[in-house]
Amino acid sequence: MSQSLASTPPPPGELVPAYNTRNYLNAESGILSWLLTRDHKRIGIMYLVATTVSFFLGGVFAMLIRIELLTPGPTIMSAMTYNRMFTLHGVVMIFLFMIPAIPGAFGNFFIPIMVGAKDVAFPKLNLLSFYLYLLGAAIALYGMIHGGADTGWTFYTPYSTTTVTKVVPILLGAFVLGFSSILTGLNFIVTAHTLRAPGLTWMRMPLFVWSIYATSIIQILATPVLGITLLLVAVEHAFGFGVFDPARGGDPILFQHLFWFYSHPAVYIMVLPGMAVISEVIQTAARQTIFGYRAVAFSSLGIAFVGFFTWGHHLFTSGQSTLDAGIFGVLSMFVGIFTAIKVFNWTATLYKGAVKFTTPFAYVCGFLFFLVFGGLTGIALATVSLDVHWQDTYFIVAHFHFIMVGGTIMAWLAGLHYWWPKLFGRTYSDAWGLVSATFIILGFNATFIPQFLLGNYGMPRRYYSYPERFWALNVASTAGASLLAFGFLIILVYLLISLKHGRLSGPNPWNSRGYEWETLSPPPVENFLENPVFRRAPHDYTADGSGGASGDGPEVKHAV
Amino acid sequence: MQSEGYVAHHFPNLAQQEHAARLGMWLFLTTEILLFTGLFTAYAVYRFLFPEAFAEASHLLSAPLGTVNTVVLITSSLTVALAYHFARHGAGRTAGLLLLATLAFAAAFLVIKGFEWTHDIHEGLLPGRYFIYPEFHAVGGPMFFTLYFLMTGLHGIHVVIGMAVLAVIAVQCFRGAYDHGYTTPVELGGMYWHLVDLVWIFLYPLLYLI
Repeated sequence: MSQSLASTPPPPGELVPAYNTRNYLNAESGILSWLLTRDHKRIGIMYLVATTVSFFLGGVFAMLIRIELLTPGPTIMSAMTYNRMFTLHGVVMIFLFMIPAIPGAFGNFFIPIMVGAKDVAFPKLNLLSFYLYLLGAAIALYGMIHGGADTGWTFYTPYSTTTVTKVVPILLGAFVLGFSSILTGLNFIVTAHTLRAPGLTWMRMPLFVWSIYATSIIQILATPVLGITLLLVAVEHAFGFGVFDPARGGDPILFQHLFWFYSHPAVYIMVLPGMAVISEVIQTAARQTIFGYRAVAFSSLGIAFVGFFTWGHHLFTSGQSTLDAGIFGVLSMFVGIFTAIKVFNWTATLYKGAVKFTTPFAYVCGFLFFLVFGGLTGIALATVSLDVHWQDTYFIVAHFHFIMVGGTIMAWLAGLHYWWPKLFGRTYSDAWGLVSATFIILGFNATFIPQFLLGNYGMPRRYYSYPERFWALNVASTAGASLLAFGFLIILVYLLISLKHGRLSGPNPWNSRGYEWETLSPPPVENFLENPVFRRAPHDYTADGSGGASGDGPEVKHAV
Repeated sequence: MQSEGYVAHHFPNLAQQEHAARLGMWLFLTTEILLFTGLFTAYAVYRFLFPEAFAEASHLLSAPLGTVNTVVLITSSLTVALAYHFARHGAGRTAGLLLLATLAFAAAFLVIKGFEWTHDIHEGLLPGRYFIYPEFHAVGGPMFFTLYFLMTGLHGIHVVIGMAVLAVIAVQCFRGAYDHGYTTPVELGGMYWHLVDLVWIFLYPLLYLI
């Protein structure tokens, strides 16, 4: 006699508790049981907390920047402080939030569950990667407190090797964070290869796992190059070896090549996990199997592959030859093709679906808007003759905030609201969820659409002051940012309330066919009560509602 | 089977666990190669910019010492491979002795390298602005020594890390930890050591010969 989690909804007579009282959260108690845990779910939760704190810190820096730009002249800080603020905003948001947020929290929590494993392949390495994250954050934070850096997150030489600010600890912090990211990616790749449960073929793997897999490939292949590059800048700053110093025969453009060889693929490290989340949420929201599973799965690998050959579009105005610039421009547009494949398949999934407009789905809509709008401006920017006009203006700032930040944040919030009941076994208020989603999506648009216009009018990025004719649009942008911040505060409040007072969700509040919803909420320590055997594709809604009325029997059988 | 005791709770059997460990190590070695790739790229760019200066500067290094070091390091790879062979056949003590031999070769490599560095420092063959070698004025000479010290320095750090790893495994060998069919750490340590060797095989001709 087994406690079967075989089907959705559970067959009559089987007792599935609304709240699993023997779960990963209360299996052990005490602070040490968290700090020394090897449970991928607990590590995922710790990543969720740590990245959220980082997001708050980066958000504070962002608000300070926007307040400073409320007036054309000095507002609340000196020009030097302003330079430090936009550097810290970029470093914190990119290295401490966007790169680890979705893989660290949701990837860690759900990849083993989705492949039917008890843990990731290397649990100790997983914990090490979290501590490397904390160590890198601590080193970077030390640098921020003791002076910060004023180079921008791109650390361009020769300025970054000569500035008097504390750039070395921030570089070393980012170096350590890179190794945390590498270990996470390594773990996911090996987990997908070696720990898939019986019946889970590659073509049955949830699209979330596919997309995180593609992300991990980029993390493995690109991050080490950033590591050595940042190390070279740090060595150069500390000892003056001259690697990037033109006075000693060094080439600052070499830095740009090495830096963007990582940092362009890195934007796919940020957005592919977003696409991973959306692929899951959209199937549940529409109650439809994804349209074109293979196309969506392989387009992730396509983005990962072609992403390695686009870095030169950051050097259009750095003395690159016209031919090189043209080639890099065309290769960059290939990313648009793979992304469009995904967007068309997602929207086709909605067609004739039974869409429920819940909070996660609101963020899916926001994601699609930001991805398409931001992506199309990206195609425009990959066109060399246009980019020469927009280079280093607010148009670039607005573009990458739309596609990279908008995409990642929408997907992060979609995933947070979608999986919250699985993480903690409780639901939040969907009404408040929709209210805050409205604030956030409108606020995001109000922040960055004025910046598109400002860039088009020629306002350069990273400037402390600006002519009065840009005033009105800057005020609009700051107003939008306030709306955005307000939306996040609402989320913080209702999610924290739901932890204690939320309605018990049961194992599958969305009535989803994703594999992760087959287990209890919150999941038991070993993820499933028995070793799962997969008998169907993920999100197979064809035999819906009757737990096997189609004659196929239960979808996920558990071996005895 | 005694080796079943080595299977972690989330793996169904030892073979799958070994497969995962091996795959993970290959991925890790890939990241190591890419870490060095940044320096190799810099070398390629600056060699292209300053071909004569680089050729001339490389003659200031001692090719005989570099060659001896190459032989020493390749021999250490042989002993580490033999160590894995014997560990797999249950001869843990022999494996441990071979690992000690590997450590001895690695130490010899570092000692020779140390002599070279001392000599270079005394001659003023130093990176960037510290370069004070009197009879050499071509632009790009200091850049060669910047890259020389960065590349051999990073490689040296890897040698030291590899020695630490192999030392731990050697101790485990003498304790008989790998006599019961579980030899993954010996294999992975050996893989790492081969990578250290492989990087040197590329550094040697680039720095000493061409």
